[in-house]
Amino acid sequence: MALSQALKSEAYRRMLRIRRFEEEGTRLFKEGAIPGAYHASIGQEAAIVGACLALNDDDAMTGTHRSHGHPIGKGADLKPLMAELMGKATGICKGRGGTMHLADNSVGIVSESAIVGGGIPLATGVALSAKVRKTQQVCLCFFGDGAVNQGTFHESLNMGALWRLPVIYFCENNGYAITTSLAGSHGQPSIAARAQAYGMPGTVVDGQDLSAVYEVTREAVARARRAEGPTLIEAKTYRYDEHNVGLLIPGKPYRSPQEVEEYRTRRDPIALYRQRLLAQGFTDADLTAIEQEVAGAVSDAIRFAQESPLPAPETLFDYMYSNPIGTPGK
Amino acid sequence: MTPSQAPQLTRELSLQAYRRMVRIRRFEEEAMRRAMAGEFSGMHSSSGQEAAIVGACLALRDDDYITGTHRSHGHPIGKGADLKPLMAELYGKATGICKGRGGSMHLADRKVGIIGESAIVGGGIPLATGAALSIQVRGTDQVSLCFFGDGAANQGTFGESLNLAAIWKLPVIFFCENNLYAISTPVAKSHGQPDIALRAAGFGLPGVIVDGQDLAEVYAATAVAVGRARKGGGPTLIEAKTYRFEEHCLGLQVPIAYRTPQELERYKSQRDPLVLYRKEMLGRGIAEVEIGGIERDVAAEVADAVTFARQSPLPDPDEVYDYLFSNPIHYPPEPAP
Amino acid sequence: MSSPPKSATVRELTYLNAIVEAQREEMLRDERVILIGENIDIYGGSALFDTFDERRLRNVPISENSFTGMGIGAALTGLRPIVDLTIASFVYLAADQIINQAAKLRYMTGGQLSVPIVFRACTYYNICNAAQHSDRPYPFFMNVPGLKIVAPATPADMKGLLKAAVRDDDPVLVFEDMSLWTKKEPVSTDPDFLVPIGKADVKRGGRDVTIVSIAGCLPKALAAADVLQGEGISAEVIDLRTLVPLDTETLLESLGKTGRVVIVDNSHRTGSVASEVSAVMSEEGFEILRAPIRRVTTPAVQIPYSAALEKPLYPSTERIVAAVKSIL
Repeated sequence: MALSQALKSEAYRRMLRIRRFEEEGTRLFKEGAIPGAYHASIGQEAAIVGACLALNDDDAMTGTHRSHGHPIGKGADLKPLMAELMGKATGICKGRGGTMHLADNSVGIVSESAIVGGGIPLATGVALSAKVRKTQQVCLCFFGDGAVNQGTFHESLNMGALWRLPVIYFCENNGYAITTSLAGSHGQPSIAARAQAYGMPGTVVDGQDLSAVYEVTREAVARARRAEGPTLIEAKTYRYDEHNVGLLIPGKPYRSPQEVEEYRTRRDPIALYRQRLLAQGFTDADLTAIEQEVAGAVSDAIRFAQESPLPAPETLFDYMYSNPIGTPGK
Repeated sequence: MTPSQAPQLTRELSLQAYRRMVRIRRFEEEAMRRAMAGEFSGMHSSSGQEAAIVGACLALRDDDYITGTHRSHGHPIGKGADLKPLMAELYGKATGICKGRGGSMHLADRKVGIIGESAIVGGGIPLATGAALSIQVRGTDQVSLCFFGDGAANQGTFGESLNLAAIWKLPVIFFCENNLYAISTPVAKSHGQPDIALRAAGFGLPGVIVDGQDLAEVYAATAVAVGRARKGGGPTLIEAKTYRFEEHCLGLQVPIAYRTPQELERYKSQRDPLVLYRKEMLGRGIAEVEIGGIERDVAAEVADAVTFARQSPLPDPDEVYDYLFSNPIHYPPEPAP
Repeated sequence: MSSPPKSATVRELTYLNAIVEAQREEMLRDERVILIGENIDIYGGSALFDTFDERRLRNVPISENSFTGMGIGAALTGLRPIVDLTIASFVYLAADQIINQAAKLRYMTGGQLSVPIVFRACTYYNICNAAQHSDRPYPFFMNVPGLKIVAPATPADMKGLLKAAVRDDDPVLVFEDMSLWTKKEPVSTDPDFLVPIGKADVKRGGRDVTIVSIAGCLPKALAAADVLQGEGISAEVIDLRTLVPLDTETLLESLGKTGRVVIVDNSHRTGSVASEVSAVMSEEGFEILRAPIRRVTTPAVQIPYSAALEKPLYPSTERIVAAVKSIL
């Protein structure tokens, strides 16, 4: 089932929001306004947004240290996200999570785990909860090619399949875990092919093609809602930047500049989608309007973040517990 | 693989196989009697799984490595260990194979190549993979065989280790003793897909299903996998469909009937690996009197092992810190309790 | 086990390069030593690839529990692996194999097996990496019999202790500190230069108070001693170096001189290294103590991302000075 014109427009908008947010965020990081470790999703926008658009507002999601694209893809407001990157009290996690943990629970995100593979059992549990509570909710689980080898992947997919849980296991396979390629770390190169071991279907999709990702995810979501169980989706995508901004790779390069260039110029998900939209009833003016709107939203978010206060030191122990007992340790 | 292509056991090896299977069975039966009489606490019996264990062990050399599980008794016996230190270990004696420090779940006899019997389900799978890594780094033609159960196949270590073994073509054989139940949970209620061997393809290694009650079939499949590994062909996953005659552990009361009395009866009367192999040997022309001789020998061996165990001394409490470290520093570590 | 250098040659070495050099020397010395870890080339190990190849430098997929266990299996069968767990917060994924296998196999088998393995993990903290990347897990493992645990704080100690760990036949857990990576000092070039496991080191002599420093707290402890010196207070700074087994002798000898102790530990306060040191010193040095023991630690709160909240948490020079003054 294809996207409506409205949804196409939203898809383009969200992909652009991720791109511009990440570009500006990277710049601010390099200028020292954002600390920590910045893992950008530039290049992976279609995989993220295509999946998110197949979900309802009340569906849940888990993600990874490469956390920025997920809330944006699910429709989150950019201001609290940018404020969080700057460690402000108005940040989505009150300055406590930061770049690797942009979890916006108001758009259904339950975790953005910096422990690789750590979110996969969580997503499986959210799906279990939906089933036990007899809701129609599903949970989409984002993880990377590196997480596939983690024990949690094996354990979780087995349980997801065993109990026909309404979870979609969505792999953003960007080809490299930091610098390690699949050839050097996977016993066999097809991630989707691992699905049959657990008793669920596995699908490969071109992660740079938004419509394709949307179709495949939509089908998986429908399956899940019909209580037929989980699906493993492998979206072949690509990240332009290094694992994290500023990471120095000594020695032999793990990928060629030509490969990166090829993706930037001929496999850019946003450029490809723009082209497609122009052939599907959108005018250049329509799209430019969206681009301008997004640019405005991002600069608004930056200003909001810059003008926001830092968290007060007296609030250090806030949010440790739902039900604190005794005074916190000093 | 046609029957004529499959590696066959020689007459000698057949007799050895039967001897070891009978050893496991009689050892387990006697140990259970002793435990029920209160002479030591608890055990996890391998009765019913002898062909799977011995068939695999006989495909290995003396210098190959094995890791096992809490259901540990069969593995050292299958690999040819002396019964006395094993029985003494069950009794917690100083002469036990682990000096009374391991007990029933950890009958590891290093002399026959065992580098661990892990009570953490799935805990031995990475260890066996590491032994294979060691072999590859040192450049020998040894192999490593990993025993684990159907329950362990869902543990994260299974997925991680099979992948590690596949990427480097490590000489390890992953051998699943699928006895159909993890305590009381049947495979259908814990596995999203019921054939464990089919998981292998997802990691990039071959998977084989064998009838775990048929010694010759287990031996043949394992010998093929071992041969592959020795020549640098990498790992194999073997799933031996077997059965345990006793409960998960001695004395376990399972309030729900997770298996029918009829199923248990059918295995005991028609699928007993000892009975089946006995018949096969007679069919090959091995005399009843020779088979009976093995059975009498083993009975005496087991009785001797019990006597040895009962007469052995207990470990000295003052020696409790012995074997903590190869290289103790500030020893003993603390004032005695 | 500490040996004076055969030659007197030293050269300036950073803490990070001390790690790489120690591994390189031990791998050259003993062909059984191998290195297992994720992205070995990126996080300090790229120089090793000049000398060794993938037979002994094993770049592993993300599967901490099993690649740690794999290292243990290799240790049981003739090799002497170093397992690099990178960021200390990831060590929990490997905890089952470290605790239930490495620490227990020798004992449980009555001495049939030995586990000559080194686990390395580096603490990253105070750099806005948030809770899941910022742990200092030393206390967690101190409670496990069968492990030796070291936490070197200088380049020389890092090199000497890592080499000693590799040569030790038991499982040794080595905690490194990323904030010390660029610290430089003269280090012996003798390939047999070792620092003994189980020996604390008096880094600065003094009379009025003993400051026990754990792991990466050393620079702050020494800075505090400088401040105190300016006020006429002479502080003795002991660098614990080995967390298990504790060098009680050195600690009590110092206490005998000063009668007062401040323990500086960047792990969380509850059940910290400082807690154990404090208990041992008060049990065995009660008569010598002239004031209560003070611990300067990180409060028991999850590590927040925002520097405004994170920076004040770890032991600082000011807090150490204040603690000393509070017991004089």
